[in-house]
Amino acid sequence: MTLWEKMKASSVLGGKEGVISLAVLAAIIFVVLPLGVDIFRLNLIGKYLTYAFVAVGLVMLWGHGGILSLGQGIFFGLGGYAMAMFLKLEASDPLSTKIQSTPGIPDFMDWNQLTALPWFWEPFKSLPFTIFAVLTIPALFAYIIGYAMFKRRVGGVYFSIITQAVALILSILIVGQQGYTGGVNGMTDLRTMLGWDIRTDSAKYILYFVNGLLLFGAIFLSKYIMSSKFGMLLLAMRDKEERVRFSGYDVSNFKIFIFCFAAMLSAVGGAMFTLQVGFMSPSFVGIVPSIEMVIFCAVGGRASLVGAVYGTLLVNYGKTVFSETYPEMWLFLMGGLFIAVVMFFPSGLAGIWDKYATKYGWFKDKVAPVKKPEVSTSEVEAPAVLTETITEPTLTPDATGVVSKQVTRKKADANAAIESNKLRGAEA
Amino acid sequence: MSNTDFVLAVEDLTVSFDGFKAVDSLTMYIDKNELRVLVGPNGAGKTTVLDLICGKTKSTGGSIKFNNIELTKLSEHEIVRSGVGRKFQNPSIYENLSVYQNLEVSYPKGRGVFGSLTFKRTQAVEDRVRKVAEDIMLTEFLDMESALLSHGQKQWLEIGMLLMQEPELLMLDEPVAGMSAKERDQTADLLNRICQNRSVIVIEHDMEFVKKIAHKVTVLHQGKILAEGPMDKVQSDEKVIEVYLGH
Repeated sequence: MTLWEKMKASSVLGGKEGVISLAVLAAIIFVVLPLGVDIFRLNLIGKYLTYAFVAVGLVMLWGHGGILSLGQGIFFGLGGYAMAMFLKLEASDPLSTKIQSTPGIPDFMDWNQLTALPWFWEPFKSLPFTIFAVLTIPALFAYIIGYAMFKRRVGGVYFSIITQAVALILSILIVGQQGYTGGVNGMTDLRTMLGWDIRTDSAKYILYFVNGLLLFGAIFLSKYIMSSKFGMLLLAMRDKEERVRFSGYDVSNFKIFIFCFAAMLSAVGGAMFTLQVGFMSPSFVGIVPSIEMVIFCAVGGRASLVGAVYGTLLVNYGKTVFSETYPEMWLFLMGGLFIAVVMFFPSGLAGIWDKYATKYGWFKDKVAPVKKPEVSTSEVEAPAVLTETITEPTLTPDATGVVSKQVTRKKADANAAIESNKLRGAEA
Repeated sequence: MSNTDFVLAVEDLTVSFDGFKAVDSLTMYIDKNELRVLVGPNGAGKTTVLDLICGKTKSTGGSIKFNNIELTKLSEHEIVRSGVGRKFQNPSIYENLSVYQNLEVSYPKGRGVFGSLTFKRTQAVEDRVRKVAEDIMLTEFLDMESALLSHGQKQWLEIGMLLMQEPELLMLDEPVAGMSAKERDQTADLLNRICQNRSVIVIEHDMEFVKKIAHKVTVLHQGKILAEGPMDKVQSDEKVIEVYLGH
């Protein structure tokens, strides 16, 4: 078996179709775009691709897990700020900040009358710590939020609203704590990473490719999770949470894990954003960016990892084109797009693609509908739910010869409904 | 509460919803290998009893001991892991997974987050899935999406998912609801086969079906036990007849 054949057969990558769609995406990101557009545009695309990390995380969390987080900006922001703190410290060496009243601390601290570096900034002088922080702090924060909510079985729309509130709180906190965070301007004027100037064209190329590779890493990791028993459980939980719980699984742990995973991916995206764009600000943390990221994911197809990347690229391309000409129209257009996707294409671009791929018979091996076994066995009989009048409850005491009382199924069901309503009312 | 030889010892179990006692000082013992049927009019508290045993509802008082382990203090997944399986009234299966996957997901290995990430489909899993599929008469449907199964087959699949866990106590809420006469017979056979080395509690309304499977019957009424014993004895009980016929 050649490597190619092995890859085609691999269930992790999703068979032949999965490998082809990944190969096409790789060709676009690593060959077509770098050759086809100038470095300014490529850098812009690199920025969009950092949002794709969030969208991939949302595919796992929302598309597969059924948990809609409207606060992924929190983790994108935390990852971005962690990286920005490292870069800012490097840009604030005593020599280049000698005109400040306290040289050697970031400029915005000096403007806010801080005279020493706050203790929590100290570790960010180290790049290994910063990378460690990007990977763990947002995940840890997600763990705390997730533990607090999922252990109490808070879910659905309540979870979404709470994540949104946390995103708002965090962005307000960042704006308010100007001396520690740079406030509403964020952290700007980032220059070098370990002496390597990230503003040059060559650095931008390198960062673009690193970002692309990390994104593929995120997709592979997600595919691995989906191909494991965890992935199956995730789908099972979305469908019948109670059944999973009563099959001996602690459902909350699975939800916490996938929430932390999505948070970690978002944070990596945030860190790469800071590196490529050269600044980080609260406008990538709050409610609007968090919801925008959900739209990227929805447009691409919330159950498709590759689709999420295309969705992110397309929506952002549209945003750039439209906001250059009609800046005030963009938000309306975005809202309209979201409504259209939800109403007419609930599976997004990936859904449209699947539909036509099936129609024209591409990838026959994969999308062929599940074969229905021949109905020759005696077991298969029309279920008698609707037609049969089931006697219930029918105790027929033969000995005493008392006539049994027959209750039709319908009536019994009505009674059951009344009963359960009563109980529910009583519980409430 | 003292320890007993019973698989399940329910003593003085009470649950009240804002003063309404759905289950009222219920005491009941289930033997090893016993198949017990709970009957009773609507609202008698049958489903609530199962909910209490499997931890879905928390009791207000009393004790439930399973192999002398107190269940009322445990969370749902811990109760399942101790060996209690529960089938819900409406077939509760994962419709977007295949029959095979439904059974595989229920295999009691890789139940933690990291265990499930590294779980491998071993020969043991494969054998177990095939064995259970044979028991529940779904061998030739293993690769089918489970949403396409008939109503009766879905009921069997859920029973199969429980069998995957090899529970010592199996609780089935109306397993033949919506089944054809033939499917009912097959289900009766299935239940008689699977209670060989475990205890089973079944809630059922269909008295013909109950006769076929029950070792003992417990009649519940307004959260209390009205009568208990073999089917024929219970059927001729004055109080039972009165409750069932009403006034």
